[in-house]
Amino acid sequence: MSSHRYLPHTRRDIDLMLERCKATTVDDLFADIPDELRLKKAYDLPGELSEPEVRAYFRSLSAENSPLVCFAGGGFYDRYAPAVIPALMARSEFLTAYTPYQPEISQGTLQYIFEYQSMMCELTGLDVSNASMYDGTTAVAEAMMMCVAAARKRNRVLVSETVSPITLEVMKTYARYHGITISVIPATNGVTDRAAMQRMLADGDVAGVVLASPNYYGILEDYTGFADDIHAAKALMVMTSHACALGVVKSPGEWGADIAAGEAQSLGMPLNYGGPWLGYLCTTNALMRKMPGRIVGATTDAKGQRVFVLTLQAREQHIRREKATSNICSNQGIMTLYASMYCSVMGAEGLRRVNNLSYGGAHSLAKKIEATGLARLKYPDKPFLNEFVVEFDSSTLADMFYDTAVAASILPGIRLGDKDMLIAVTEMRTPDDIEDYISILNDFKDAKLYEEDE
Amino acid sequence: MNKEYYGKLIFEQSVPGRTGFSLPTDSYTANLSDLPQTLLRGESPRLPEVDEPSLVRHYTNLSTNNFGVDTGFYPLGSCTMKYNPKINDEIAADPVVAALHPSQPDYTVQGALKAYHTLQSMLSEIGGMAEFTLNPYAGAHGELTGLMVIHAYHDARSDTRRNKVIVPDSAHGTNPASANVAGYKIVEVKSLPDGTVDIDDLRGKLDDTVAAMMMTNPNTTGMFEKNIPQIAAMVHEAGALMYYDGANLNPMLGVARPGDMGFDVMHINLHKTFSTPHGGGGPGSGPVGVRAGLEEFLPNPRVVYDEEADLYTVVTDSPDALGRISAWLGNYTVELKALAYILSLGTENLALIGPMATLNANYIKDSLKDDYLLPIEGRCKHEFVFDGLRDKSTGVTTLNVAKRLLDFGFHAPTIYFPLLFHESLMIEPTETESRETLDRFIDVMKRIAREAAETPQTVIDAPHNTPVTHPDDTEAALHPVVKWSDLQPSATL
Repeated sequence: MSSHRYLPHTRRDIDLMLERCKATTVDDLFADIPDELRLKKAYDLPGELSEPEVRAYFRSLSAENSPLVCFAGGGFYDRYAPAVIPALMARSEFLTAYTPYQPEISQGTLQYIFEYQSMMCELTGLDVSNASMYDGTTAVAEAMMMCVAAARKRNRVLVSETVSPITLEVMKTYARYHGITISVIPATNGVTDRAAMQRMLADGDVAGVVLASPNYYGILEDYTGFADDIHAAKALMVMTSHACALGVVKSPGEWGADIAAGEAQSLGMPLNYGGPWLGYLCTTNALMRKMPGRIVGATTDAKGQRVFVLTLQAREQHIRREKATSNICSNQGIMTLYASMYCSVMGAEGLRRVNNLSYGGAHSLAKKIEATGLARLKYPDKPFLNEFVVEFDSSTLADMFYDTAVAASILPGIRLGDKDMLIAVTEMRTPDDIEDYISILNDFKDAKLYEEDE
Repeated sequence: MNKEYYGKLIFEQSVPGRTGFSLPTDSYTANLSDLPQTLLRGESPRLPEVDEPSLVRHYTNLSTNNFGVDTGFYPLGSCTMKYNPKINDEIAADPVVAALHPSQPDYTVQGALKAYHTLQSMLSEIGGMAEFTLNPYAGAHGELTGLMVIHAYHDARSDTRRNKVIVPDSAHGTNPASANVAGYKIVEVKSLPDGTVDIDDLRGKLDDTVAAMMMTNPNTTGMFEKNIPQIAAMVHEAGALMYYDGANLNPMLGVARPGDMGFDVMHINLHKTFSTPHGGGGPGSGPVGVRAGLEEFLPNPRVVYDEEADLYTVVTDSPDALGRISAWLGNYTVELKALAYILSLGTENLALIGPMATLNANYIKDSLKDDYLLPIEGRCKHEFVFDGLRDKSTGVTTLNVAKRLLDFGFHAPTIYFPLLFHESLMIEPTETESRETLDRFIDVMKRIAREAAETPQTVIDAPHNTPVTHPDDTEAALHPVVKWSDLQPSATL
């Protein structure tokens, strides 16, 4: 019997326990497994590493990563993470708890989820939030399925071309297997073509329409009148936003959306190379019982105390099985604690400040990029929050600038094909970062190295 | 726990003018007020205004009003609530990883991709599969992804008549729900009295409209499906694929591999078998593995290793992939925790997990079967099910027993699941619990059985010692109050 710190059994423990089980060897407990199925040789895996060796292993892996000064977004941003949050998140009473099915001993989890739901309702301007989804892409895919479930016989969903292409790809995947038809509403000059949407709605069979604000290109679209168009066709309106923006931009509820779904990583969460992040999904009272995922509600207990419980569980898979709204079982749990602590730390004023800093930085950078004469705003007459698309003079220039910036530890944006780049600025970027960015770009002014493909 | 703070929402501690954040001074000329008013919120969101010390106290007190694996024994069947090693959390908190953006060029994230690829290969070895994707975010998400793999496989063969998935009546609720989301109709197959699949019933349900059979092995009664080779052969004969629900993989570590049992597609819950914390409901991670021949259907993005160049790349447009099911490569730092766990144990200790988890379960079962009704005799694996108390005359239900356990500092077992029995009480101890802990649990369970016989009301009225007792669930569902502002109709801050 080898000893390992995670495994408490001594030889004596095992012998005593086997005696109780009327077995002679541990192997006797597996006598019912056909011999041909038994593992015959050890796993072809490394031997045990000591704790110092595990640390060293990951240190060397980490050294093969280059953190870059981040001007990339696309829905996921480098944001200010207040120091109190990781300190409190690490409390193992939170971290090592299961889903709060036993409310008597789970008020901590239940209460922070209730706080999270309350905050998401404030941000989205809607009546009810669930206890979270996996990420923004799956949240929007679930919102799409919710539209189809609510519409019963109609199963077409319209998605604006200005929604993130990653979100669209996930939606298309869910749609393909679930039997939903997705039609993409074209964009004109970076914004959803309303006339095209009206024509597509008139074709009928539409259960829902998915719009983005800010959209994938960072533009704040004017959705005045869209909700009327959509509701007149008896379809539901879904709006997706990165959550931080909702601190200042017109909320989905104010635009008349029935469902708000998206990514909440921008509430100060580390990028963590893709996760864990946090999907949110909010809706109206009318649609509450069609909502996927867990919901926490307030009630009273036998002592008359206000307490929190998981509620409306009749919608969920463990009760309804194949008739459930969704197959979602877990949620992003502790990431909702992150979001609720973040919103408490920041308050409305803090959210305004980060958005204002991001707005100021983004507009400063955009202006300076245009001043180089090497690139210009792709949609110059459209208002944007903290992200924008620039078009470089040539794809060679865009390529060379991107590579040079990365070599200088700056991630200059996300390439959108040929000459275009999507650039984001958050409160984490300083005026000096912006100067560094511009100085790298300026180096291409005289080089003329990129002109050959013009 | 500090009573003064208990129950108060953070909203209720808000004082106008208090600040919890710290940001640099704004020196830019452009300002949000440059935007047209019609694009901005009419009113600010009503969020709390709190200072940092108050906030820390609020959440610290909340945490003490919670039960976790670190607090006490969590015998929750099918949930594998094992110890969550601390080194894993330290590894996952790497500030370098925290700063990595998914759009970074591959050559700047070689370490991150290597970790992904290494874990993928290790899970393939443990599952007996050819390749894994780590992208699914949770077990149910893994099931859905796995069923999409199966769907894509049949589609690629133009075998489009297959519209059904067979699920045992003992299956986890996510199985039929996932099959439904993946576009399949569900056909239930019966269990025999010993909890295993009724092969005769299965035979009648297999035809060329069946896409897959979903099973977990051991099943939810903790019994090993020893006819699995025959079941797999029948399912394959009908042209369908075998799906392994990895929720019950823990007892198979060091014992048997799903791939060797004839399964074609499987998922693993890293938050169960591979020790990553449940986090009060997430984030989990549900990697999906496939046998050779099905790799091409795994979702984008995929991490590919070029041995010659010693280079890892992310492929986002693999043409035969089932599509995309996540923003990027899944709950990445959860994956790091699982990798740290496997490395910390090593091949020898990993192989002890199944045996020790099984020993713990049998020890509890054999210690309590005189007091609680054991509907299925024989060796269980990692978990087992009692059908309530042996003495049915006391009026004490499984729910009462579960709630009484809370009084003694134990989490409740899984109750009223599986649906095969009326009073299911499903116990899974995991391998990380010591004999002393199990003995204390056994003593308490025996005491509750005695109480049920002698003073049943004590059990029926339980819990007695918890901060909250008997919440009114009916009221919560009838009149949903789901946010702070519902509590006070004229809520202001």
